Amino acid sequence: MEHYNMNLNLKVWRQKNSNTKGEFKMYRVENISSEMSFLEMFDVLNEKLIADGEEPIAFDHDCREGICGACSMYIDGKPHGPWHANTTCQLHMRAFKDGDTIVVEPWRANAFPVIKDLVVDRTAFDRIIQAGGYISVNTGNAVDGNSLPINKDKADASFAAAMCIGCGACVAACKNSSAMLFLSAKVSHLALLPQGEPERHSRVLNMIDQMDKEGFGSCTNTGACEATCPKEISISNIAKLNQEYLCASLTSEK
Amino acid sequence: MLNSKIPAGKLEEKWTDYKGHCKLVNPANKRKLEVIVIGTGLAGASAAATLGELGYKVKAFCFQDSPRRAHSIAAQGGINAAKNYQNDGDSVFRLFYDTVKGGDYRSREANVHRLAEVSANIIDQCVAQGVPFAREYGGLLSNRSFGGVQVQRTFYAAGQTGQQLLIGAYQALERQVALGNVKMYSRHEMLDVVIVDGKARGIIARDLVNGKLERHFGHAVLLCSGGYGNVFYLSTNAMGSNVTAAWKAHKKGAFFGNPCFTQIHPTCIPVSGDHQSKLTLMSESLRNDGRIWVPKKQNDTRKPNEIPAEERDYYLERRYPAFGNLVPRDVASRAAKERCDAGYGVGTSKQAVYLDFASAIERYGRIEANKEGKEDAPIEQIITWGKEVVKEKYGNLFDMYEKITGENPYEVPMRIYPAVHYTMGGLWVDYELMTTVNGLYALGEANFSDHGANRLGASALMQGLADGYFVIPYTIGNFLADEIYNKPISTEHEAFAEAEKNVRERIEKLMNIKGKTSVESFHKKLGKIMWDKCGMARNEQGLKEAIVEIQQLKKEFWNDLRVPGEINEFNPELDKAGRVADFIELGELMCIDALNRSESCGGHFREESQTPEGEAMRNDDAFMYVSAWEYKGESKWDMHKEDLQYEVIKPTQRNYK
Repeated sequence: MEHYNMNLNLKVWRQKNSNTKGEFKMYRVENISSEMSFLEMFDVLNEKLIADGEEPIAFDHDCREGICGACSMYIDGKPHGPWHANTTCQLHMRAFKDGDTIVVEPWRANAFPVIKDLVVDRTAFDRIIQAGGYISVNTGNAVDGNSLPINKDKADASFAAAMCIGCGACVAACKNSSAMLFLSAKVSHLALLPQGEPERHSRVLNMIDQMDKEGFGSCTNTGACEATCPKEISISNIAKLNQEYLCASLTSEK
Repeated sequence: MLNSKIPAGKLEEKWTDYKGHCKLVNPANKRKLEVIVIGTGLAGASAAATLGELGYKVKAFCFQDSPRRAHSIAAQGGINAAKNYQNDGDSVFRLFYDTVKGGDYRSREANVHRLAEVSANIIDQCVAQGVPFAREYGGLLSNRSFGGVQVQRTFYAAGQTGQQLLIGAYQALERQVALGNVKMYSRHEMLDVVIVDGKARGIIARDLVNGKLERHFGHAVLLCSGGYGNVFYLSTNAMGSNVTAAWKAHKKGAFFGNPCFTQIHPTCIPVSGDHQSKLTLMSESLRNDGRIWVPKKQNDTRKPNEIPAEERDYYLERRYPAFGNLVPRDVASRAAKERCDAGYGVGTSKQAVYLDFASAIERYGRIEANKEGKEDAPIEQIITWGKEVVKEKYGNLFDMYEKITGENPYEVPMRIYPAVHYTMGGLWVDYELMTTVNGLYALGEANFSDHGANRLGASALMQGLADGYFVIPYTIGNFLADEIYNKPISTEHEAFAEAEKNVRERIEKLMNIKGKTSVESFHKKLGKIMWDKCGMARNEQGLKEAIVEIQQLKKEFWNDLRVPGEINEFNPELDKAGRVADFIELGELMCIDALNRSESCGGHFREESQTPEGEAMRNDDAFMYVSAWEYKGESKWDMHKEDLQYEVIKPTQRNYK
């Protein structure tokens, strides 16, 4: 792979805190190596801003290996930028070329208020999990792990749904700011396993209820969530969720 | 002075005896007892959830925006357990033995045996929570092998075992939050422990969104704040991973155990330039199938696929025929460094070796061909089948490698190099996981206890969950049973006021330096000193120089630091400034500890102490102890020794040949 250096213009959303209005600001970065990650390019910019006596740009990030789900930049109109099945931290600068102008915004959704610059509050996701995204088993009650064989295809499908990293890109990509892909991934993960069976109905009803309370929008099946998901969570999980929801609603005594 | 409180009796009966005799707290009293948990990784989330289930009032804190993001999530390969599902001779004793041997005989027998005992319960618990472990076609749990071990005891979920285990613990935690048993404080950082009458009674925390300081009372405080690998600047740790909570506790009286014991992981993606902000691990599980080699010729500039087999040096297979590519991490790392230092390194930096899957792809392809009854299929077809099998096993790791390097590891061998990954050292704890401060506990990577001088792969997840799910719920009762008479202390107490004042003054001091140099620059400088002089190989002269350089760096830091922004707002630079200030102090202690321990053991390699073949040489007569350092004021520490008694295992020089 040939390496090259580039100069870039960045148009970045700046917002002091949740109470103030934000605006775009232009920045220029020079001599960016194609081997850098996108966040390392931001590190370079922030070091420059600090040296110039300006405030660096706040952004969420932690593991920088695509698994913690903290990073959350809306790059050139796409959550996590141009690469398929990717997080912002794993986006590398060879995706860009010299002279490009890159627009960077925070996740936009009513349920994800901006805290500062590119940092948003995603605690709504935690509250959706609190509403039922678990199996009620206290520590110490478990039987031998192999006493309950699970069909491999089902276990694999459950794992594929459980890969969700809770980053919120699905919400940011959705024109309705719906959290259905996130929610459906958790419902599928647990509904596909026999351990999830006892609470299957109450789980889906309570989680959907909480999602609505948080102010996420409805799903209109445009599929932007699936297209942008860094872990390729399938939109078929939403179909599964609807099926679960329907069954639960019909049999619910509430 | 150090009392490790190891129960009397036979090794295999100690934990059972302990559980049978430790004090209990009745349910009505549990409701009145408050416990603070710092960190929500595997140790913290499992402890907070389990204590909540038991009925304690728990407050859990994490600096991330959600407890689900703690760095346990990045663990890839797996979790060990002595289940013997493979019928390959595994047992509690073997897991215990492998862990003590892997740790180069610098861990406590009783702790490690307990860890091996509860390992099987962890798997059962996680399965019950719905953790989607990999399964065989018959529906049973699948295992794979890991370094330093000759049985298959590692459970896994593709290359994302840590994520799945953490999500399991996180869900259990959120369930307790919903039930009102745990109160969760995300985007909060602990900045001091409050001690009243010799007992840990609470913390000072900073709300990282608005910068406000908060006082929180607890009858006990649990530090589950992870390791301190970021002292090296470049490591596989998350950007936010830090030593601050543990360091504040250390300065309030908790001894620091074996600070110099650092694990350098052999298979990471090499540094690509000065801009590098962190390093990415390639799971050890890759060594199951990948073969590690360098060219036999120095400074060979040919492309890897142009170098014929007979001109390749598969140096691990050559040096360690019994374990081959699956030698423990410390051995594999040093062997890579040895080859690169001798001029056989590859890639542009020459600081890398190859991890090659070509043989595995062909081998798996032939197995598939046999299954299909097409043994004489053309080689291209066999390779295609083989790639599919490798993709199934390691696909996500290969994808990650390609994203970072731009190279396709199915076609060209991966380039890898060792990187700082884990810290075996940590706060000294006794058998009950209590530090030298009454009521202050340390769990998971934050403590020093189970891995000795080197941790085996897939054992960190095991230890974090063992401590949180199965150890602390018993041992904390032994302490809290006597606390039922003590009402919560008001956070107006002078000890809280004093601690808050100190925290405030330090933050103001950081903000008021108004120098020219960013936190990041200081962190990089510290990392360079640590990596060069307290990294994979250490010697007396280098360590002495490092101590002087770190003290100098500390002066510069407090004279020339620039922190932009304000105190009472979201200010990541300020958060980081406090963490780097603590790393600088820790770095000095690590060098002091490394200087004191003039033997080589596990991940700690002193160049003065090696065999003629270049293998690490322990000195059991002089160093069979845990060094526990007591803070005595700036740049001053007293060392206390905990002698290690081996009653069951007879320490020998490790041999993986």
